[in-house]
Amino acid sequence: MDYEFHWNVVLNAWPQLLDGAFVTLHVSVLSMLVGIVIAIFLALGKMSEYKAFSYFSNTWIEIARNTPALFQIYMAYFGLGAFGIHLSPYFAVFSALVFINAGYLAETFRGGFMSIPKTQYSASKSLGMNQFQVYRYVILPQMFRRIHHPMTNQFVWSILMSSLGILVGMNELSGETQRLQSLSFRTLEFFIAAAVIYYLITKFVLFVANLVSKKLFKGDI
Amino acid sequence: MGFSLFTPVSWSDTGFILEGILNTIYISVVAIVVGSILGLIVGFFRAESGKIGNMIMGSFLDVLRSVPLIIQLILFTTFMGVMGSPLNPFVAGSIVLSLYTMAFMAEVFRGGFESVHKSMRTAARSLGMTYWQTVFYIRTPIGLRAVLPSWIGVALSVIKDSALVSVIGYMELLRTSEQLISRSQQPLEILIGVGIFYFIISYPLSLYGKRLERKMVL
Repeated sequence: MDYEFHWNVVLNAWPQLLDGAFVTLHVSVLSMLVGIVIAIFLALGKMSEYKAFSYFSNTWIEIARNTPALFQIYMAYFGLGAFGIHLSPYFAVFSALVFINAGYLAETFRGGFMSIPKTQYSASKSLGMNQFQVYRYVILPQMFRRIHHPMTNQFVWSILMSSLGILVGMNELSGETQRLQSLSFRTLEFFIAAAVIYYLITKFVLFVANLVSKKLFKGDI
Repeated sequence: MGFSLFTPVSWSDTGFILEGILNTIYISVVAIVVGSILGLIVGFFRAESGKIGNMIMGSFLDVLRSVPLIIQLILFTTFMGVMGSPLNPFVAGSIVLSLYTMAFMAEVFRGGFESVHKSMRTAARSLGMTYWQTVFYIRTPIGLRAVLPSWIGVALSVIKDSALVSVIGYMELLRTSEQLISRSQQPLEILIGVGIFYFIISYPLSLYGKRLERKMVL
């Protein structure tokens, strides 16, 4: 193999790569937060007795779960143009990630909620707890213990999938890498650097999530 | 003026779209089959080997799962190009997608092999079965059945992730539609069609997976 690596080009572009990594984290954290809020409504909707509400939630969840992320991003970026809505690359990727995160998390939340037997609810009531106390001390702590793992996975997934921003010209880590390599033609070096950064970011996120869960759940389950 | 730069989508595009659909199915099936076979082997060795072997295999799989697929695709094709033996998009895409699938399948199958309780293996051995007989007649059938729902889940995500192979130039459905869009300037209609296709493939399978899962819990 007669290829010479030129790592100094990558080293010089380090600040730009870090900026890209920051945008990656930014878009995934934001899409996760907004996704969680919407997911709670969707989960409630799926369990609700109002036909229209549950139908709406179901449609959202199934579309989000059964179509590719790239399709959602194209839909947000190109498809909405037909309605005269032109989103910036950042916002297109962001809204696609929110859409998918909400769909997946809604199922996670619903599963977590359903996994707690109804009898616990009546048992806490019979101990004299009010509605708020039942949720605060009995239902929610158990629920979070069960869903924190899938939630972490979803977060890691968002980080990895935000890399699709490269296809709509977003300035997150992949897009930034693409731009930088087109300036210097050191494609291999730049994408190896990007791969390493993605790996470190996901490891860091998993590490923090682990730490948080240990603190919150005192190690059990 | 009756002149337009863009030609709308018409029935004559059916063949083109059909080719995209077939290519998507083709590369997904290849990746799922190859990835499952490799994943089965790696998963078995992960369930069987000691700490050190597990750490080495585990960290390799971990890298495959922690680096975005799109970066892996670009890296692999660039690398092969630099090595002086560029691959065509289908081959390169199949290799990367299969390895990516393997990384997830290995964990699924490992869980399956480990789900067969030790006492059952000991019982099989005490009946006079050899080690490999317990593997083929006891652990594989029981373990694999237990993980069928997760296997369906991974297979579904591979079908969806196969859309990313368009980045390195493979003419699968999404890239086909992208070209139609740039020719006809009708993004919404075309994309909705693409979405419906993925949905039609994915939704029934996911329902089936859910039903299996429920049946197993009971």
